[in-house]
Amino acid sequence: MRKAVILVAFLFVGAFLLLAATSMRPFGEPSFADMDDYFIANTQVEVAANNAVTAVVFDYRGFDTLGEATVLFAAVVGVLALFRKLREDEV
Amino acid sequence: MNTGMSVIVRTITRLVYGLSLVFGFYVIMHGHLTPGGGFQGGAVVASAFALLLVAFGAAGIKGHLNQHLLQTLEEIGALAFLALGFVGIGTAFFYNLLANSGSLFGGSVPIGPNAGVFNSAGTLPLMNWAVGLKVMTGIAAVVIVMLVGARKEETE
Repeated sequence: MRKAVILVAFLFVGAFLLLAATSMRPFGEPSFADMDDYFIANTQVEVAANNAVTAVVFDYRGFDTLGEATVLFAAVVGVLALFRKLREDEV
Repeated sequence: MNTGMSVIVRTITRLVYGLSLVFGFYVIMHGHLTPGGGFQGGAVVASAFALLLVAFGAAGIKGHLNQHLLQTLEEIGALAFLALGFVGIGTAFFYNLLANSGSLFGGSVPIGPNAGVFNSAGTLPLMNWAVGLKVMTGIAAVVIVMLVGARKEETE
């Protein structure tokens, strides 16, 4: 019974994925390229950086990177707090 | 259980450890010129620390990687990143004030394909260093604490 339910769910999701795959856009042609074109044209002028990816990560979307760093900080603090009892006399 | 692995693994670790550190710091320092950056380079350096820990065991690294020092450095990296975000607060949060200014990292790059100018990109290299410091020390602290904790639980 359980296996039958899993098989039905698998076929259901797989059919949806195949259906979505048939209506995908061709490779290399996104529907909206305005932001990409802007970054490629203006990164070297505005940020004076050759690496457009780093310019987006640390300049255009620096606030997003701050959130990313906060997530890592929270994870580290959580793990250190969780293992506090085990490391009282080690390292 | 804290003795580490065989002599083969230890010898290869001695060879590879320095190279991993150099490669990780290179990825962090040239984040504004080549693929990579603070997060990626910090992960490479942390993997070197993890290799050291796996090969020599928790007893072997005692005194070399101080966990309290790692914690402090991680907090310093996070605060430095936040402070660099506040550098351009006069215009906007995370505004790149140093780019094209002529001061530290204030050089401009020629438009189009070029070999790369190290003294460019404003606050980007400084942010890369701050994030790299934060990621390498943070992941290293997590790996050390988790491995030592797991081994200790195993022996009890």
